[in-house]
Amino acid sequence: MALTFLKQAARRPAEPSPPAAQPAKRFTWTRLAPYLLILPAVLFELLVHVIPMIVGIFMSFIQLTQFFITNWSAAPFVGTGNYAVALDFSGPLGWQLVRSFLITLGFTVLVVGISFVFGMSAALVLHRLGRGRGFLRTLFLIPYALPAYAGIIIWKFILQRDNGLLNQLLVDGLHLASERPFWLIGGNAFVSVVVVSIWQQWPFAFLMSMAGMQVIPEELYQAAAIDGASTWQQIRFITMRMMKPLNAVLLLLLFLWTFREFNTPYVLFGPTPPEAADLLTVHIYSSSFITWNFGLGSAMSVLLMLFLVVVAGLWALWNRRVNRDA
Amino acid sequence: MKPQPFAAGVSAALLAVTLGACGASGTDGETGSGDTAVTLTYWASNQGASLENDKEILTPELEKFTQQTGIKVKLEVVPWSDLTNNTLAAAVSGQGPDVLNIGNTNATTFQSTGAFYPFDDAALQKIGGKDRFVASAFASAGPAGSPPTSIPLYSQVYALYYNKKLFADAGLQPPATWEELVSTAQKLTNPAEKKYGVVIPGGTVNVSMHFSYIFSEQHGGAAFDAAGKPTFTSPGMIKGVKQYVDLVSANKVVNPSAAQYTDSAQAAGDFARGDAAMYMAQTSGINVLTKNGMTPDQYGIVPIPAPAGGTKISSFVAGTNVSIFKNTKHLDAALKFVAFLTSDEEQAILNKSYTTQPTVTGANASFTDDQEKLDAFTTILAEQAKPLPLIPGIQAFQANVGGAVVALIGKAATGTAVSEDDVKAALEEAQLKMGAS
Repeated sequence: MALTFLKQAARRPAEPSPPAAQPAKRFTWTRLAPYLLILPAVLFELLVHVIPMIVGIFMSFIQLTQFFITNWSAAPFVGTGNYAVALDFSGPLGWQLVRSFLITLGFTVLVVGISFVFGMSAALVLHRLGRGRGFLRTLFLIPYALPAYAGIIIWKFILQRDNGLLNQLLVDGLHLASERPFWLIGGNAFVSVVVVSIWQQWPFAFLMSMAGMQVIPEELYQAAAIDGASTWQQIRFITMRMMKPLNAVLLLLLFLWTFREFNTPYVLFGPTPPEAADLLTVHIYSSSFITWNFGLGSAMSVLLMLFLVVVAGLWALWNRRVNRDA
Repeated sequence: MKPQPFAAGVSAALLAVTLGACGASGTDGETGSGDTAVTLTYWASNQGASLENDKEILTPELEKFTQQTGIKVKLEVVPWSDLTNNTLAAAVSGQGPDVLNIGNTNATTFQSTGAFYPFDDAALQKIGGKDRFVASAFASAGPAGSPPTSIPLYSQVYALYYNKKLFADAGLQPPATWEELVSTAQKLTNPAEKKYGVVIPGGTVNVSMHFSYIFSEQHGGAAFDAAGKPTFTSPGMIKGVKQYVDLVSANKVVNPSAAQYTDSAQAAGDFARGDAAMYMAQTSGINVLTKNGMTPDQYGIVPIPAPAGGTKISSFVAGTNVSIFKNTKHLDAALKFVAFLTSDEEQAILNKSYTTQPTVTGANASFTDDQEKLDAFTTILAEQAKPLPLIPGIQAFQANVGGAVVALIGKAATGTAVSEDDVKAALEEAQLKMGAS
């Protein structure tokens, strides 16, 4: 936004006469062009995002159960009834939603934190590396390039109890445990879903960090080195400071993506995940698709959306302060 | 400046073309199908040992239908795990196949959605009238008093399969009571050699519901009262669920890994390999085991036993029904297809291939040459099978109770002892969810 505004301001002195000369002629192709150009994007945005979202919000206010799915208009309006059920924490649906929310929050903090640290560290090392950089970068990006389903299904094989690779290593190879642990049910399921998600997410953190580091001018490091700054000081005062805006965006994106992650838990555990790994998106899916109560599922989705909007809003506030300070 | 309007014009034109194409593809299904060349889309459930197995069995029969009527059939075999969801999506969007299979468990639930064509008397006449069908199978087609929206296609019941060799080697007889089943299983369990008495598909939601229902009936519990209200916390229901979970928890006769089996075919594999001595499965298990390399002479079949003094219920009336999607544009062709599938001749062929029981009286059960097995299944269907209640909430019952039992088995497998109170709490929660949904 700011950029286009600047451009327009810069252009203005170059065309001094026309505005005054033809004030009456409202319609010109020139004036219309930007809107026409943006029209396809707006239409598709409406079609793909906005309209389904509005329909979803509408669904959350009606009792859309099996009896009405072929004729929505007949579904009774229940006002905030679905929200009351979803937020009634004394009932099983309410407290399971809260439990699922807290599990998801813990999952997200762990995945985002660790992915970010991994990505940043790898980018720092590679940035200073001469030979082999291209090769390692490609290697690190493989998980990100793999089709999500294929990658996760391989993890599912690795994590099988009887003939999974992990238990072969832990139990048969290293003899660390006598009893074969479960990785896809019980408490360990949480560890599994965190590890697989980090494996998937960190290459993105790495890619972004790497790109961010490459635009920092080399002269800054040279000047700092002449002033006697150690490597650690260079990282802390030059790299990290210069990358602050980029990291802010990166963390927000990672948080939003991880919080609403569906593929990983669904492929690993199916539609009825173990309690310890009952992430919100699959939980909502089960609440609507498995029990055929789409009104309730929509209400839960709207609550999820509201939470993410609040997170994004808080981030925007914080980011403004950071930018002002910088 | 000149190129700008041009670019705008181009993008507008592109957009128009794209949107036009979308519209065109939406109507694709309707065009190109005059009376001469009707193509029906058929979603077949996964009855065989694999999706490929289903295609092998069905394709020649569908070709026969095309020869007889000139109507082509596009076959899609859908695994059970997706079938309900896909059908639900078809019901919501109104875009679905012409003819499809459903589990008879779900018949009443789907009927309540209004997505399927109701077979009124005239339609039933077109497929030969309802008196052609086995009464117990036809009763599962929908609640009495309204035209059914599904027609029975394959009938099945549960039975206990036991490995003859393992039993003979240990000098054991097939169990006649549940207590005997447990003690026999314990004798055949040796975790060090990865041999277990029983195998169950512990992570499978619908199967967990099936056994919860069967075992609670053995204990005189009912999942629903006469008014159709859930009564999951009745003592019989709790005892029945505990009986099932105890196989993993207290009796420890099941490989804990089975808690991860989300497909009954995985359990069939363990039984076929001889890693488990007993396996509770439906009639089609014969075909699945054959595909896993186990021939019918290697195992025996008896009714799933009830506890001593309990009610002798060993199955519900299971099976697969066929429905016509209400939005079909080829109703006549679809009716012809249903008539074909339920004809005496096709019933005999299909049920033999799938090793299931025919749903029409005109075809005899011939899924195996082994008279003993035929008799066992026939007796179970006639005397020891109790139909599931025909209420719309049956799908929610399956999701909530089945899901709760899967979680209990998961707990038991990971080492937590499951008490009667745990079972009660889980069922209480499932019942509360029914009320809310």
